Amino acid sequence: MIKGSAKFRRRTTDVLVYVLLAALGLLWIAPIGYLVYTAFRTTPSTGIINELFPENLKLGLGNFTRLFQDTMFSTWLRNTLLVSGASCLLTTLFILMISYAFSRLRFKMRKPLMNVLLVLGMFPGFMSMIAVYFILKAMNLTNSLLALILVYSGSAGLSYYICKGFFDTVPKAMEEAAILDGASQPIVFWRIILPLAKPIIVYTVLTSFIAPWCDFIFVNTIISDRAKYTVSLGLYKMINAERGSFNENFTVFCAGAFVVGAIIVTLFMSMQRYYVEGVTSGSVKG
Amino acid sequence: MTKRKKPNVFKELLFALKDGSNMTRLSFLVMGFGQIARGQIVKGVLYLLAQVAFLLYMIFFGGRYIIHLFSGDLGSKLAGEHWNENLQIFEKVKGDNSFLILLYGVMSIIVLGFFLAVWAMNVKGSYENDKRLREGREVLGFRMDLYALLNDRFYLPLLILPLAGLLVFTVLPLIFMILIAFTNYDYAHTPPGKLFDWVGFANFKNMFSIAGGTTSFAIVFLRVLLWTFVWAFFATFTNYFLGLAIAMLIQRKGIRIKALWRTLFVLAIAIPQFVTLLLMQKILDGDGILNKILGTRILWLTDQRHFSLLPRVMIILVNIWIGVPYTMLMTSGILMNIPSDYYEAARIDGANPTKIFFHITLPYMMQITAPYLITQFVNNINNFNVIWLLTGGGPVDNVYYGGGTMAQSTDLLVTWLYRLTTDQTPKYNIASVIGIVIFVISAVLSLITFNKTSAAKNEGAFQ
Repeated sequence: MIKGSAKFRRRTTDVLVYVLLAALGLLWIAPIGYLVYTAFRTTPSTGIINELFPENLKLGLGNFTRLFQDTMFSTWLRNTLLVSGASCLLTTLFILMISYAFSRLRFKMRKPLMNVLLVLGMFPGFMSMIAVYFILKAMNLTNSLLALILVYSGSAGLSYYICKGFFDTVPKAMEEAAILDGASQPIVFWRIILPLAKPIIVYTVLTSFIAPWCDFIFVNTIISDRAKYTVSLGLYKMINAERGSFNENFTVFCAGAFVVGAIIVTLFMSMQRYYVEGVTSGSVKG
Repeated sequence: MTKRKKPNVFKELLFALKDGSNMTRLSFLVMGFGQIARGQIVKGVLYLLAQVAFLLYMIFFGGRYIIHLFSGDLGSKLAGEHWNENLQIFEKVKGDNSFLILLYGVMSIIVLGFFLAVWAMNVKGSYENDKRLREGREVLGFRMDLYALLNDRFYLPLLILPLAGLLVFTVLPLIFMILIAFTNYDYAHTPPGKLFDWVGFANFKNMFSIAGGTTSFAIVFLRVLLWTFVWAFFATFTNYFLGLAIAMLIQRKGIRIKALWRTLFVLAIAIPQFVTLLLMQKILDGDGILNKILGTRILWLTDQRHFSLLPRVMIILVNIWIGVPYTMLMTSGILMNIPSDYYEAARIDGANPTKIFFHITLPYMMQITAPYLITQFVNNINNFNVIWLLTGGGPVDNVYYGGGTMAQSTDLLVTWLYRLTTDQTPKYNIASVIGIVIFVISAVLSLITFNKTSAAKNEGAFQ
């Protein structure tokens, strides 16, 4: 009897938990659902949305055709792919190099340098944005995608922390054995440490690839030519540039956001396992 | 083994001057001389080239900016047309540009610093050769140097590129902007039309003195600072505890399809933040869909009443939506790692779930994630995106935030800084002061974390 009631109680709690999870899940999915729904609805052709479900509701790809034909979205998409591809390559390389040096090699300036980088990382990035703009201008690089790549990967060295934390956990015995066998440092780096570091590499690649898709502040400062926008700035300007543009373009904005979201979700889902591993291995260590 | 303390650079240079060969002494003046004379041709030529390049740079470009900087002169000649007496015509004159003088000045000083380091290396190298020859050993060849670069000094090739990137795109602009805090660079002093000049600590005084009544910079600054901390506190802890709660719900024994539940929340991470934030802004807009559904006209993000309470609450709520999936992912990883014997022992002792949570789960989580919490707190102090995309810092509230300060009611220090630099009438000098304040706050908090956590203390624990 007692056992039975305990079981009953657990059952009811289970049901309650399911209900709670479902409610929360709905809360988290609803805005995304609204985004997708708006992207496909074509009824108010102007984009002014007065009702969630109007009587003459029509769904279709109209917003997407408008997105690719009337706006420069495809150019922006190409720009973003180029910038994020290149900067992700450079950033990953830089982070791996600097983390390896800090974690596995010992040299006189190591500790001071680590502290300096830590401190540098604490200045808000866009405090110096105007100066960055003028440096780029002096290099004759404003309004070019190369400038974006340089700016995004130029500060990569500041985020060595997570990756170094990962390298710190790799046992030293392996590389010592290799060095005894006559391997030089580059070979140890390339053949021994890097293969072990797969989760953290994937994590770094993923985060640095996504960063340019989300930044609109630096792009806004450096780039003024519409043909050189990245998707984030393009979409931001689409509904925030001037008053009223929101009503004009909201459905098209949703279509664009849907495309960007789909790309990132695909990337993310395919690498979720590594991402979680990276987050938990490097960032949290007691 | 006792550690031999290395003499500092100046002593070493002094020794080299006193004790070194004539070749070493000559390489004080002509870089690479000591190397070339000893057969280290490649190295020596590289040193020599560095010296030539440096001299050319200083003569034709950098030198005058350093002079400008050290004489405290940020330019005096305005661009415009000047009357030329000899030719009896108006001449177009290229004026000074304070901005470029300062920027190039800082750049040239960094170049000078590097040159001095290379120069010291050149002298030390030559002195090293002296010592080697005296001890009857051979001078290291070029191959040996290369070998060292790939082994004992492998850190040099690894570090040079990332550090160069930092130097150009972080350090140089940063020094520059810190210096701006000591000038009067604002919309009334914007080159090339106008010039700006050093003003010492005037901006700091302006920022921290109460004069000017309730909307003086100091009072407004305190208001913004207070909200920044309130926001950071709520943003950090609501995210953390709700994420933990959801993770525990999903982790509960007997709950099926755990992966699906987790995916529901993770989907929110995968969509870029600026998209979700812009979307939320539009949903919560006065004409937005939420009001349409509710049939109301609540100004979720722009209601000024009660010290803009509603927008503030909405910002924190939206931030929960954005941030909880992250903390859920992270905490569920750690929850899985709590040794199950703890729970079993507690259960055998008859502890109820509440007790188990407060005596096992929470202390364990807290111990492991304390550094994460402080880092998150710092990140939230600097959380530009959430505020800027939701309210843009607004609503504008001229009662509590005087128009001249350009602050608005949901502004964090960072968004205020951003507005000060991008507005129609920018005040770069004040923005720089705020940047320095933000830096001091973040730095103090982060250094505490960094030094208190065991991660920093025993970094080699696992090796």
